[in-house]
Amino acid sequence: MVSQEAPGPSVQVPVPRVEREALRPPSEEEAVIEVRGLSAWYGPFRAVKGIDLRVPRRRITAIIGPSGSGKSTLIRCLNRMHELVPGARVEGQVLFEGQDIYAPGVDPVEVRSRIGMVFQKPNPFPKSIFENVAFGLRINGYRGNLREAVERSLRAAALWDEVRDKLGQNALRLSGGQQQRLCIARAIAVEPEVVLMDEPCSALDPIATLKIEDLMRELSERYTIVIVTHNMQQAARVSDYTAVLMMDEDRAGYLVEFGPTREVFTNPRDPRTEAYITGRIG
Amino acid sequence: MTTATARGQEWRRRLLLRNVAGVAAGVLLRLAAAAGIAALVLLLVVVARDGLDRLSWDFITSYPSRIASRAGIRSALLGSLWVVGLTGVLAVPVGIGAAIYLEEFAPRNWLTRLIETNINNLAGVPSIVYGLLGLALFVRAMDLGRTVLAGALTLSLVVLPIVIVSAREGLRAVPYSIREASLALGATPWQTVWHQVLPAALGPMMTGVILALSRAIGETAPLITVGALLFVPFDPRGPLDSFTVLPIQIFNWISRPQPAFHQAAAAGIIVLLAVLLGMNAVAIAIRYWSERRRQW
Repeated sequence: MVSQEAPGPSVQVPVPRVEREALRPPSEEEAVIEVRGLSAWYGPFRAVKGIDLRVPRRRITAIIGPSGSGKSTLIRCLNRMHELVPGARVEGQVLFEGQDIYAPGVDPVEVRSRIGMVFQKPNPFPKSIFENVAFGLRINGYRGNLREAVERSLRAAALWDEVRDKLGQNALRLSGGQQQRLCIARAIAVEPEVVLMDEPCSALDPIATLKIEDLMRELSERYTIVIVTHNMQQAARVSDYTAVLMMDEDRAGYLVEFGPTREVFTNPRDPRTEAYITGRIG
Repeated sequence: MTTATARGQEWRRRLLLRNVAGVAAGVLLRLAAAAGIAALVLLLVVVARDGLDRLSWDFITSYPSRIASRAGIRSALLGSLWVVGLTGVLAVPVGIGAAIYLEEFAPRNWLTRLIETNINNLAGVPSIVYGLLGLALFVRAMDLGRTVLAGALTLSLVVLPIVIVSAREGLRAVPYSIREASLALGATPWQTVWHQVLPAALGPMMTGVILALSRAIGETAPLITVGALLFVPFDPRGPLDSFTVLPIQIFNWISRPQPAFHQAAAAGIIVLLAVLLGMNAVAIAIRYWSERRRQW
């Protein structure tokens, strides 16, 4: 139980990103993605169960929780990447703009072109910087000026000034932080509505991490962002909303708390959340 | 015990033994490595000593002859190029296609496991067995006769499992994260394979393919079985001509009693090795090119 004498959260909570408008509870914000009763399996093992979540539009939603609580599995269910693992399956609904992406007849290719993803480890294609960004445009049949579109995306990802003179250089020669921003540029080039980020900074140094966090704030003016992170400070710094997952006794992850980030960190409703953010649950 | 850290007498004696074992192992391992290199150097020296004088432009452009000093390898070299070229045309697309299917698309079930096991076993089947199959199937049943095409089809069977296995290894070397990146952008599985996985796998894949063809160019037994001729005083001009190949020509010369033919055989071996090294050089060049390539 949370008593009055309980130590406050050890995490320094910054002023939430959206100060002008009072952040309403997620149930009142307009949701881009609405998860209903979602469970996901790897073969016989259920990794997450019974998830209900509303992802508000043009906000940053963080998913936090201890290792093994199913954060990555959950985020991969949001653009149908989970099912690529042999033996993996999903139950429940993920409504994207009101339509269930798991309904029969929905092509995962379309889902993924509208809900982009950035991965834990930067994974640029072993090609030129230009080609990395242009690929998504090409395969989606982009008809405009490719060079302009590539420049636009690189600018939006705050990478243009660093690479404008070497677009033909192999992307693998960039630093890790630059590679990750390239992956973000590549993801937003195809103009998705949502960008999913699966621990995008876990392979980066603190300075590169800060750059990505700044970038996320900028991008949230236009895009809905969902970020998985095991770094609670990061969730507190960048996100508007925070979802907390925990691992149950059957080792399946479930949602214990979801709300505006400041409330989750300063006044958690669930004792398990408080135990986690104060470091008593690893 | 004089100091706390000193080890005992017995321990020191064992340390000496341990060091001796290390030195002995080093010597033996060096000998093992040297044995392979020595064999190669010996081969090159012997062949060069016997054949280098015999090697000339005339030797390469002349037809075989009963007169040893006039005999050349023109028809055998052309025959080898025809057969291996056609083998490549037949086996490489099929092999790479099979590898792509098995690696990128096939469901993991008992059927694909059965196919995989079979392919691995086929890679170990003696090539003469393929020769017999080729004789029955291509030469007789399909009535292709003793032609370049029948030989190439037979050699395709020999190298197909090798092509598949090496192409799969090339595909497997491409990290899964590349596929994820592509799929997450809304690429179809086929676009992912075609635009990202194949280009990234091309280097190791082509190396494997060319090494498989290098094996084909040295194959003798299945082509004798299929009915390659021993004496071909004309150029093979198409897939339906009869033919001979370099190893058969060399074999033919070596089995003659006259030393002059043995010299011709040695010179033929030099040409065969040169062709092999040339193919391997091409493999290295392709790998280099595919790694350096800029795509826009």
